[in-house]
Amino acid sequence: MVATDARRAVEAVWRIESARLIAGLARMVRDVGLAEELAQDALVTALEQWPEQGVPRNPGAWLMTAAKNRAVDRIRRERNYQRKLEQVGRDTAFDHEPDAGAKVGEIDDDLLRLVFTACHPVLSTEAQVALTLRMLGGLTTDEIARAFLVPEATVAQRIVRAKKTLAKAGVPFEVPAEDERDARLASVLGVIYLIFNEGYSATAGDDWMRPALCEDAVRLARVLAGLMPREPEVHGLVALLEIQASRTKARVGPDGEPVLLPAQNRARWDQLLIRRGLAALARAESLGGAGGPYALQAAIAACHARARVPEDTDWTRIAGLYEALSLVAPSPIVELNHAVAIGMAFGPEVGLELVDELLDEPALKGYHLLPSVRGDLLVKLGRHAEARVEFERAAGLTRNERERKLLLDRAASC
Amino acid sequence: MRFMVIVKATEDTEAGAQPSAEMLNEMAAFNEELVKAGVMLAGEGLHPSSKGARVYFSGDKRTVVDGPFTETKELIAGFWLIEVKSLEEAVEWVKRVPNPTGEESQIEIRQVFTEDDFVNASEELKDRERELRAEQEARASQG
Repeated sequence: MVATDARRAVEAVWRIESARLIAGLARMVRDVGLAEELAQDALVTALEQWPEQGVPRNPGAWLMTAAKNRAVDRIRRERNYQRKLEQVGRDTAFDHEPDAGAKVGEIDDDLLRLVFTACHPVLSTEAQVALTLRMLGGLTTDEIARAFLVPEATVAQRIVRAKKTLAKAGVPFEVPAEDERDARLASVLGVIYLIFNEGYSATAGDDWMRPALCEDAVRLARVLAGLMPREPEVHGLVALLEIQASRTKARVGPDGEPVLLPAQNRARWDQLLIRRGLAALARAESLGGAGGPYALQAAIAACHARARVPEDTDWTRIAGLYEALSLVAPSPIVELNHAVAIGMAFGPEVGLELVDELLDEPALKGYHLLPSVRGDLLVKLGRHAEARVEFERAAGLTRNERERKLLLDRAASC
Repeated sequence: MRFMVIVKATEDTEAGAQPSAEMLNEMAAFNEELVKAGVMLAGEGLHPSSKGARVYFSGDKRTVVDGPFTETKELIAGFWLIEVKSLEEAVEWVKRVPNPTGEESQIEIRQVFTEDDFVNASEELKDRERELRAEQEARASQG
């Protein structure tokens, strides 16, 4: 086999197997950092051997065996060799494919533990994101670095530090107990949503979107839904991400410029993803989760998805959903969106009144969408000179080049 | 990247033979794996071509021909749509599709066009897209 072919095959296997591999190893060594290193060691071994020997028939089991062998090597060198070896040996037989015996439920549990460990509150958000993409998404350090426009060394350092933090804090490899679970699940969902948003509306740089990052986030959300099928908010998040991802192609114009929702060619929305999103939303609602913050946001996205032309949008319903959202997840940004919806449903004067109430909101001080929304409403009211000032202010606040250009264009057209 | 994974027909599938319970179980388990990995977008099995039809095009002429069709190996018995990072990853998944009957069969993997592919492929289409978009925008701004 040609070496590059083998390398690509190893990467493909890695994408499919790494999360299960790391999760399975973490259960044995009770240390996700060590498990991740062992998995990486196994990957290196595969990269050395597969080009010559070919990809094995059961690559996942092969990697697991290689990783366990490395575990024994490494643990042997450590002082607590005996104790750890006992743990490894308990469910390991080194002479046959060890993973074959693992039951489906067991793997799910391991993966779930891995999710909750990677998103543990002892870690910074940045570390949670990096660990989640690395351990559950199967992304390389280099890929994560490219996605977030930071040097690879920074990501590598973040991951090393995160693993140390977990070990030092003695974070157990477990799904949190029931009393803690909702809060922890909220942070897991938050991490995935953050990854999606970074891809969907790149906060900095020349790209308006990084679709690959969105795809990773949607995939992670779907994985989580498979692991926690009874949690309505997980399906709510899946619904929200599927529907938002359905607009990916329509959000960019021929020259890479952003195209905002009302101007999007809805024929370019991905109907398959919309259908999947609506199904996930129905699932969330049938599990009693219609009032959860992600399900509510998904319901809003669904209102847009169902409208064949912008004029068909049910703004009254959207305004109601934002009102419900502001009760369960209050934030100035939700208030701003509520104001937009009210403006669409009941006229720009009413919308502007609500937006103006937010002008002194400290959290929105540097938020470009506040002047942008104001500009929008002012245009509708025919107050063009004021609108131009607002669009210019918004352009000065955004860090995204594409968005800045769009805002300056709007200012110029006032 | 989105791929269509095409399961080619066999004499059995064309004869409308029902899959065995064992095969159904293994397929269900495989599908579950695809779903749990978050890569499966859709997947369906197809009835034999005897229940289908073809429409032939020649200029303005349309000719409808009912199934069955004879070239079994070229026919499709089912498909998956999956979203993965590379052709290699798609291949890696397809290698895991169960073949419990041990019979000879084949699965074809084809990448689904994205708009970028089209836009690069044809200037004409690009223009058409721009027109469509302009129409849409004009309509939106009126609303």
